[in-house]
Amino acid sequence: MSQLAPASRSKTVTALLVAPAGLFFFFLLVLPLIVVIIYSFGARADAGGYAPAFTLDNYANLPARGQAFFNTLTLAPLGTLLTALFAYPLAYFLAVKASPKSRTLLLVLVIVPFWTSQLLRYYAWIMILGSKGIPSWLAYLGITDLRIINTPWAVLIGAVYGFLPLMVLPIYVSLEKLDKRLLEASADLGANSWRSFLQVTLPLSLPGVATGSMLVFILLMGEYILPQLLGGGKVFFIGNALVDLFLQSRNWPFGAAVSTALVAIMFVTIVIYMRFVLSRGDVRRAALV
Amino acid sequence: MTQTIVPDISFRAVSKRYGEVLAVDRVDLDLPKGSFVSLLGPSGCGKTTCLRMMAGFEQPSEGEVFIRGDNVTGVPAYKRPVNMVFQHYALFPHLNVADNVSYGLRQRSPKPPRETVAKAVDEALAMVRLQGYGQRRTWELSGGQQQRVALARALINRPAVLLLDEPLAALDRKLRHDMQIELQNLQRNVGITFLLVTHDQEEALSMSDRVCIMKDGRLVQTGTPRELYDEPVNGYVADFVGKSNFFAGIAGNARSGLIDVALADGMKATGRASRSTVSPQSGEAVLVSVRPEQIRLAAAATDLPNQVAFRAEAKVLNRIFLGEQTEYLVAHEKLGEFMVRSPRQGNQALAFEIGDKVAVGWPPDAALILAKD
Repeated sequence: MSQLAPASRSKTVTALLVAPAGLFFFFLLVLPLIVVIIYSFGARADAGGYAPAFTLDNYANLPARGQAFFNTLTLAPLGTLLTALFAYPLAYFLAVKASPKSRTLLLVLVIVPFWTSQLLRYYAWIMILGSKGIPSWLAYLGITDLRIINTPWAVLIGAVYGFLPLMVLPIYVSLEKLDKRLLEASADLGANSWRSFLQVTLPLSLPGVATGSMLVFILLMGEYILPQLLGGGKVFFIGNALVDLFLQSRNWPFGAAVSTALVAIMFVTIVIYMRFVLSRGDVRRAALV
Repeated sequence: MTQTIVPDISFRAVSKRYGEVLAVDRVDLDLPKGSFVSLLGPSGCGKTTCLRMMAGFEQPSEGEVFIRGDNVTGVPAYKRPVNMVFQHYALFPHLNVADNVSYGLRQRSPKPPRETVAKAVDEALAMVRLQGYGQRRTWELSGGQQQRVALARALINRPAVLLLDEPLAALDRKLRHDMQIELQNLQRNVGITFLLVTHDQEEALSMSDRVCIMKDGRLVQTGTPRELYDEPVNGYVADFVGKSNFFAGIAGNARSGLIDVALADGMKATGRASRSTVSPQSGEAVLVSVRPEQIRLAAAATDLPNQVAFRAEAKVLNRIFLGEQTEYLVAHEKLGEFMVRSPRQGNQALAFEIGDKVAVGWPPDAALILAKD
């Protein structure tokens, strides 16, 4: 009998379907991560790079890059929060208030900036926030000595600008599929539109906010270009520290330890996020319906 | 001294336009206190629009809406003392059963104390036989249970009128019947005026004290189920409420309460006008409406009872056994096909077979002479 039994054939099909993604993840994610973790216990070779060893010195040395951790762990959450605050009203307008005709156009406008290089867009912001940009206009109004570029504010502005679409779209989707009859039910039971928003719309759109926040937060944690350009090397993130460690001082093991710490922090964040989403079964269901 | 009882809801010449479309056309309506009223009509007849204007989701283009004598035209939904049970219940998925039920009380200002709310929720859940379900998630409940949560959520507010928008449409047949009885009992117990919107005539007739029949945005007839069945204003109502046979003709002269009608091919019939409307004029195109159970069948014309005025020969085309009744489809060469329902007879000889020649007839007061619509 040359033909495979049905059960083993379905296993073969499953294996073939999973193989591309499986191989991709193994060779480009799992394997490099293992290498990074191994390196993080190593020592710096004299000429830079990696020398085999087993030491916890690199981890003990993490506070040396405390400023990068501090910047990342304060500005990434803050940037995520600000992005959400800007994105929610926009998503609400798109999903609820905009006419169906203008909605498509406006959604395209939200996405259009993604078609241009991120680098180019941040360079534009250097001009806008630089001494000849907004500060010089404000000087006409008598507000002088205002510096925006190369401060945490510039990084936050860049974060909101750069990641807004990633936040708007999931919130838009969760608002768009909200059952409008629930708002009628709320009004029928005596809630005015503001109370209906607080008690019905907002809680039922939280899954969208959570998804958007997760996307933005993870990307901000690993950000390199944004603090480099708008922070001008003064407001540096872990990403900038890694470039410095691997390419400048060539201290690979210490860089590997910083990387591992970053991955660990992200991992913990995702677990907490999943816990939140899964524990709020009501919200999750509302998001699915 | 006479005291006028203010209706719970009144419509005065209410119309609603959507652009060019006239969805509701000058409707006058009164819902008497404590009554169970149905708005009955096919989809698109404007009944749901009427309901939404009572709830405050829509505002009339013309006319005025009163709730317990107060003019509420233009008042938004959240300020109106009515509550609605939505067609698909519209329970809040992020709240448990108790929080859904207490939603209305929690919108009041000042907010009632927590213990008062909890007590009211328990009572409301007990009223719909869902004691102990407070902590359940709404989607864990069956359709019938969700329905009852929606009822409790509305009734806890003690509304002036409870509006029910096709509330039983999503339930299966058996459950729908149970809920019909439950709704009737509930209405009697709480004494709140119920307004039910439905396209199901059986549901409307069996549950309500009064039924309002709508067609193309207009109110065609309002009355008790019995009035609608026995005294319809026109052929539309007679057709919509129960089954009837219709024969087209031209009205002739009226004499001593009876009207002669010239039917097709020179046949003649006699009938009476409906008590709900004026008699048709001589020469007017009319319908002769005869309920299937009013038509007598016999083996020969001489076997028909004496009071039968209209007599004709027909042939049995089909027969459906319905238990206590048998439904025959018979054909007359000029009048066409029509339906007859005969009560079960002890005498087997009176049961007719398909293909039998039969004599049909009906007494003159069984035939209603109606305008078409």
